[in-house]
Amino acid sequence: MRSEPVVQVQALVKRYGTKTAVDGLDLVARTGVTAVLGPNGAGKTTTVETCEGYRRPDSGTVRVLGLDPVGQSSQLRPRIGVMLQSGGVYSGARADEMLRHVAKLHAHPLDVDALIERLGLGSCGRTTYRRLSGGQQQRLALAMAVVGRPELVFLDEPTAGLDPQARRATWDLVRDLRADGVSVILTTHHMDEAEQLADDVAIVDAGRVVAQGSPEQLCRGGAENTLRFTGRPGLDVASLLKALPPDSAAAEVTPGSYRVNGEVDPQLLATVTSWCAQHGVMPDRISVERHTLEDVFLELTGKELRG
Amino acid sequence: MTTTTDTTGTYAPRPGAAPLGRMIAAQAVLETKMLLRNGEQLLLTVIIPTLLLVLFSSVDIIDTGAEEAVDFLAPGVLALAVMSTAFTGQAIATGFERRYGVLKRLAASPLPRWALMTAKTASVLVTEVLQVVLLTVIAFALGWSPHGNPAAVLLLLVLGTAAFSGLGLLMAGTLRAEATLAAANLVFLLLLVGGGVIVPLDKFPDAARDVLGLLPISALSDGLRDVLQHGASMPWGDLGILAVWAVVGLAAAGKFFRWE
Repeated sequence: MRSEPVVQVQALVKRYGTKTAVDGLDLVARTGVTAVLGPNGAGKTTTVETCEGYRRPDSGTVRVLGLDPVGQSSQLRPRIGVMLQSGGVYSGARADEMLRHVAKLHAHPLDVDALIERLGLGSCGRTTYRRLSGGQQQRLALAMAVVGRPELVFLDEPTAGLDPQARRATWDLVRDLRADGVSVILTTHHMDEAEQLADDVAIVDAGRVVAQGSPEQLCRGGAENTLRFTGRPGLDVASLLKALPPDSAAAEVTPGSYRVNGEVDPQLLATVTSWCAQHGVMPDRISVERHTLEDVFLELTGKELRG
Repeated sequence: MTTTTDTTGTYAPRPGAAPLGRMIAAQAVLETKMLLRNGEQLLLTVIIPTLLLVLFSSVDIIDTGAEEAVDFLAPGVLALAVMSTAFTGQAIATGFERRYGVLKRLAASPLPRWALMTAKTASVLVTEVLQVVLLTVIAFALGWSPHGNPAAVLLLLVLGTAAFSGLGLLMAGTLRAEATLAAANLVFLLLLVGGGVIVPLDKFPDAARDVLGLLPISALSDGLRDVLQHGASMPWGDLGILAVWAVVGLAAAGKFFRWE
């Protein structure tokens, strides 16, 4: 059940010199997968690193598994897994060597060989970290985050720079973690990643959460969805509107071309087609434009490029 | 917590830190492996001290004032070995670990920070034991005849290690990795020449000698020479200098060391 908050951030402020990285951010993450989605420089990494105990908030409170990440770090650290955005491994260490080492720091680690197999790290052989490909380095960092059997895993842009196969492998692992009861907080600027994986998405911009909800809620709430069809001109739009759920809109945009706005779901589609049937209309060219998380994201964070 | 998830799954949470002793041992083993695998580190800690010992003992380049050059050189080279591992090697390795996020990542693991530092120290000590054994065997082969109190030698080596570790970690924890690399090598070279390792301090003018004598490397090489060459029982002056460096260096490192 998604009830117990694993992360609670209240009015978090974090400044670096004169630059405010996080500006009064509130976030509640419950068990399951939470995606922190936002453009570069939105404050995602700072927020996550504050949860991991790396940064002390300038103001506001942060609780992770009910603990203060800075003050109760020694209690918290064994219970979380951390994947940094980059690095974290001795440049002269081999992948299996580093993973075995992190496993040794935990009381009940996963089977290292199985994890190596699972993430395709077996082919790294005797190659040292600095000579691994970017994708192999990312997968090693992911393996290091989960090998200690944590309750909660923080993944900072886990698929940045991965090829599609490695990206799928990472997604599959996140799904398996979720299925086995591990909570995951991941940052990403890939909309599809958040849509695919997350129970809950927090869209962060300029150091604040500008929207939070399930991907479905966000797509529904942030922007309207549209259904279009063509038929004979001059249909009784008011009668169609009566058949539709409240909060819907219907209009004849150009003669014979109709548009319905609202919560476009199978029920709404059925309502429109049955109304057409009752009125002897053959709806032609029915099309549904459902807004993606990308639309919501761009709508909320603006379309201009960020530095 | 209410949960309907499968608690028998492969990834089902079962968190916990390993026992502290096991974590420190594992960390010390890994640190030592990384050090011994690194070619540049081996050059610094093994090859240079060995070459200096063999070369200057067998070829009469420097007037050491001793009957057997090796009696003068062996204590100096032992001091150099301590400096190369505890200061230069540790500074460079730790500087790059900081740069590449290794320290940051380990700081989020169950291993406490003090335990990481303990493991680093253990790895330095293990390396030093290997160095001392190797250099001692070579020195004996070159005709070395040491005297003195083994406890005094041990105390000098330990205090020297503490002093150099403090300074090395101070450098690694405050400068950029590249700056640490350059500075640690430069300091190694300067102290090799000006720290009484292979060149006796009395070759320098009086004023310079007084200042150079206060360096940790001079105190260590002079102290080791007092005991091993001249049979002193306890070189209190040199031990005092090393103790001051150790306290100041470790305190400064503790205060200014940055993990990222």
